[in-house]
Amino acid sequence: MDDLYRELIIDRYQNPRFSGTLDPHTHSYEDDNPVCGDHIRIDLRVDDKDVVTEAKFTGEGCSISQASADLLMEKITGMPVAEVRTLAKQDILDLLGIELGPVRLKCALLSLKVLKGGVYGLDEVMSLDELAES
Amino acid sequence: MADTHTMDIKRIRADFPVLDVEVKPGVKLVYLDSGATSQKPVQVIERMNQYYRAENANIHRGVHKLAEQATEDYEGARGKIAKFINAAKSKEIVFTRNATESVNLVAHTWGRSNLQAGDVVVLTEMEHHANLVPWQMLANERGIRLEFIPVTEGGVLDMSALPGLLELKPKLVSFTAMSNVLGTITPVAEIVKAAHAAGALAMVDGAQSVPHLPTDVQALDIDFLVFSSHKMLGPTGLGVLYGKEALLEAMPPFMGGGDMIKRVKLREFSTAGVPHKFEAGTPAIAEVIGLGAAVDYLNEIGMEAIAAHDRELTAYALERLEEVPGVWIFGPGIEHKSSNASFTLKGAHPHDVAEILNRHGVATRAGHHCAMPVHEKFGVPATTRASFYLYNTKEEIDTLVEALYQVKEIFK
Ligand SMILES: Cc1ncc(COP(=O)(O)O)c(C=O)c1O
Repeated sequence: MDDLYRELIIDRYQNPRFSGTLDPHTHSYEDDNPVCGDHIRIDLRVDDKDVVTEAKFTGEGCSISQASADLLMEKITGMPVAEVRTLAKQDILDLLGIELGPVRLKCALLSLKVLKGGVYGLDEVMSLDELAES
Repeated sequence: MADTHTMDIKRIRADFPVLDVEVKPGVKLVYLDSGATSQKPVQVIERMNQYYRAENANIHRGVHKLAEQATEDYEGARGKIAKFINAAKSKEIVFTRNATESVNLVAHTWGRSNLQAGDVVVLTEMEHHANLVPWQMLANERGIRLEFIPVTEGGVLDMSALPGLLELKPKLVSFTAMSNVLGTITPVAEIVKAAHAAGALAMVDGAQSVPHLPTDVQALDIDFLVFSSHKMLGPTGLGVLYGKEALLEAMPPFMGGGDMIKRVKLREFSTAGVPHKFEAGTPAIAEVIGLGAAVDYLNEIGMEAIAAHDRELTAYALERLEEVPGVWIFGPGIEHKSSNASFTLKGAHPHDVAEILNRHGVATRAGHHCAMPVHEKFGVPATTRASFYLYNTKEEIDTLVEALYQVKEIFK
């Protein structure tokens, strides 16, 4: 009926495949979207060849932020960290398969922000505003 | 008590041009977000237009015709606003940028000259960040101690905790008269009286209450009252601080510059009297005149009638929302609240709820509404808030409820 609330998004929101935490993990990072209070934590296991072997997230937020986190975890499982670092806004939009206005774009990008925080370390994390413009 | 039959809603709605807007072809705006900011009637818009078209001049500094007229209109509006809250004198009304700045003004000037490390300020757990963060900043800066009147499970202030808090001999009790999230109307007279009996001053955040309920600062014996023009049919960029004259007189100035001085030498200045001491630089002249027009408008309809109307709509909204399976309403029942209904819908995040409501033209607000602590207290990170004002109708609440069923359909 509705582009934004297409089946894929509602399904991933209601039945996430990659929700949870990893213990032990090699990376863990969490952050909020201060505008709406959405929260996401991502745990990763990266092997000694620098490949993501497992990725999980926990969080609280709208369907867009949670579905994009779930889709993102799926995408990066098995991906070399070097490639994870190149992920950008368009990759998230491709996963969701929809266009987003400026407000909802930030919902969608929260998981990417957290992921980048986890794999880069704190110093190089981009803000949601920077990501939205990337 | 005035009833809503004294209000001609159709005529009122005709005064608000924005209510005719279609958010998309064929879908009329249903504006249920007056808690964030109210809409403006043509009377206010036209008054400001007229000022810019035919009367524009700076105030307090010219002898030419327009400057004199502008000064008179600006000060005249101050008088109207004083009367609107029954202040004893016009000079007890200080213009700021918004309610937030009014709180900051008090924290900065009264706070810094009266509060030392260890002094207690009592707030409540249901404060807007505007009446919380400025005090936290002062706590960080000089070690004042903040204490809080708790909120009960039922969403009202736990008044049984007040005597214990007052035994700490606070210097100030600062609290909201109406919560912007729970809609709770707090017992202002009772708290002010108890605060005074304990030797504390009482400051009231009237950002939500002044637009919706009659306000009488003298009857309530309030020391400081803060509110915002934009939530009471007036323009943005303008807030009000009411303070008792003696208190304002004793406070140091806030910002320095033109208009707030009596005399200036190269190395010293003396301050103007109140309220000008707190109004450095060219103020929001058009906005003040606009708020004067808003107050005229509110007076013409009558605050009693507006309060009754808002309460009736809120009662109806609570009743209709309760019918919707999965809806959980935040805050107390109608006996303790007015003007807004915040809620969650099981299975759908508030952000999604507001987004889907928007497709039906219904404007609500989703999030923490600048009151994160009270959300945390109730264990919900966010709510959807529908808020009501004099131009809203029961039919609009019906539209809200119908749209909520659409949300349920999507998230079934
Ligand atoms: C209870 C309450 N206090 C203070 C404020 C702050 O008002 P403003 O943003 O106009 O300064 C608001 C506005 O949302 C409010 O609802």
